[in-house]
Amino acid sequence: MKNKFKDYNLPDARGHFEKFGGKFVPETLIPALEELERYYDEAKTDNAFQQELNHLLKHYSGRKTALYFADRISKELGFNVWLKREDLNHTGAHKINNALGQILLANRMGKKRIIAETGAGQHGVATATVAARFGLECIVYIGKEDIRRQKLNVFRMNLLGAEVRPVSSGSMTLKDATNEAIRDWVTNVESTYYLIGSTVGPHPYPMLVRDFQSVIGIETKQQFANQSNRELPDRLVACIGGGSNAMGLFYPFLKDDVKIVGVEAAGKGLESGEHAATLTKGDFGVLHGAASTLLQNEDGQVTLPHSISAGLDYPGIGPEHSYLNESGRVKYFSATDEEALDAFQWLSEKEGILPALESAHALAYLRQENNGIEPDEHVVVCLSGRGDKDVHTVADALGINL
Amino acid sequence: MNRIQKLFREPKEKLIPFLTAGYPKLESTVELVCAAAESGADMVEIGIPFSDPQADGPVIQKSSQQALDNGMTLNKIFEQVIQIRKRTDVPISLMGYYNPILKMGHETFLNRCVSVGVNGVILPDLPLEEATPFCELAKAKGVSPILLVAPNSPNERIKKISGLAGDLIYAVSILGITGNNLASKDALADYLNRVRANSVTPFVVGFGISSRDDVVWFNKHSDGAVVGSSIIKNMVGKSDPVNATELLIKILKGNI
Repeated sequence: MKNKFKDYNLPDARGHFEKFGGKFVPETLIPALEELERYYDEAKTDNAFQQELNHLLKHYSGRKTALYFADRISKELGFNVWLKREDLNHTGAHKINNALGQILLANRMGKKRIIAETGAGQHGVATATVAARFGLECIVYIGKEDIRRQKLNVFRMNLLGAEVRPVSSGSMTLKDATNEAIRDWVTNVESTYYLIGSTVGPHPYPMLVRDFQSVIGIETKQQFANQSNRELPDRLVACIGGGSNAMGLFYPFLKDDVKIVGVEAAGKGLESGEHAATLTKGDFGVLHGAASTLLQNEDGQVTLPHSISAGLDYPGIGPEHSYLNESGRVKYFSATDEEALDAFQWLSEKEGILPALESAHALAYLRQENNGIEPDEHVVVCLSGRGDKDVHTVADALGINL
Repeated sequence: MNRIQKLFREPKEKLIPFLTAGYPKLESTVELVCAAAESGADMVEIGIPFSDPQADGPVIQKSSQQALDNGMTLNKIFEQVIQIRKRTDVPISLMGYYNPILKMGHETFLNRCVSVGVNGVILPDLPLEEATPFCELAKAKGVSPILLVAPNSPNERIKKISGLAGDLIYAVSILGITGNNLASKDALADYLNRVRANSVTPFVVGFGISSRDDVVWFNKHSDGAVVGSSIIKNMVGKSDPVNATELLIKILKGNI
């Protein structure tokens, strides 16, 4: 397996990760995707672009984020837990890494109107933030159901000057917000930049979002080597909705001898039918512009996912994760709503850190019986975001009236 | 030669209504397609409902959701086409998103098309980059794959798309989704002339076409006009949607 990933360079020129990925979009969007690919290829090798991005990551978002050795939970678990503190970023999650990268691309392309979809609201907030920073018009699509769950983030987007458009079609969650953003983009393709928030969508998005998020893994590698007396951690763990924080952490380690684990949302249980465990329970399909793995019925209709965490409540997954799953390079587990809630409280009480409910799924894996973690292993967990946005959901689940 | 190939050899005005399968009732489609054919439709597009119709405006989105709620599936569409074929020879094309077809499998899907008498397939989210395996298999089986071009498709690309399609292409009239307003006639004429000059096949135009005047104008600048959202919209709240559709198609065809 190590050899296969030594020279890993997917996606190919057509945007495929073997059978996954590609461009399954209306014809109108093809020229826009080609334009984006051209600009991104140039930007990648342009020092000025990279310098501006690095400057913003450092001085605007506050990177590097800490790699924190979680002493108390490590003692309790019997192995070493390191938390990559993406929650310490400006706006409170890893989403800003990608938003900053893409807004610079949008600027380079001369686009004045930015659209985005959001589920938990973190990507919406990150997009509204960078749009404000660069003085661009910003429209964020969010499902009505998610507006209810994420009132605080909706208000934050308003404060940042974005127009928040509620989406009431379908399940009124992230997938429907994505449909609506795509419809907007098809209609306004010449003036508009679509700032996708995860490693999903048509090529080149899964690749460029991964690349912009890779700062997480690159920093982790250096920090771990500096702070431990070891070269590499034994294991990486991250939660997966679309999969951007996970790809950001995993990608710089794919060629290394490191075990890698993604944790999906098992909702009310894998057998309940109410979950968002795409890789565990889904099968091959095309949604939102890419071939990947999907929760769908026997007629190929996309089925409704469920997770207590709005950021994981998505029936698809990034195509590269589907590939990493099929190739066996990454192992995918899942954690239920209940396990995530327990982990949320556990980290808060033991380490004084409120994790996002999304990240709490990755933490929950650490406490599962059959996780395969050996005593004294060094495990890095991506703490993708802060939990302040989730306190209302957690209070509700605990039966507490705020 | 299939029915679509035959139809587009005839130099006449063509009206192509779109009907969402299973809308307004699960069983409506058989009567609606037959009535459309009798009222003057030259070809009929039957929409395969999908949970996530990204290229559709609110009218077709709602009809699609209603059809799914009614229990419509790809298999039921094929059963209904069998009923339709007992009554009419009108060329039939299915239009839908790629995932339900992928789930059924190209081979199974196309074999069913052939056996029930579906003549063409339009998949708006299967662009040139990904369409070759499906198109080659469809053509080998005698089903016309109808690929789409848009106002921002370059000339060279229009050539390639029409080359892969082989029999017919579908020119989207606007940058936008179904049911949007049309662009200015000057801009449209330039675009359609460009398609005419570069396409190696006949082409029909759709998105935003709603009146008899439109149908006449688009037939001057292309090989046929597709009317979708306004036909679906016209059924909303009607006690007799078949009658309402017949009437509208006669108007669009200039027979009233």
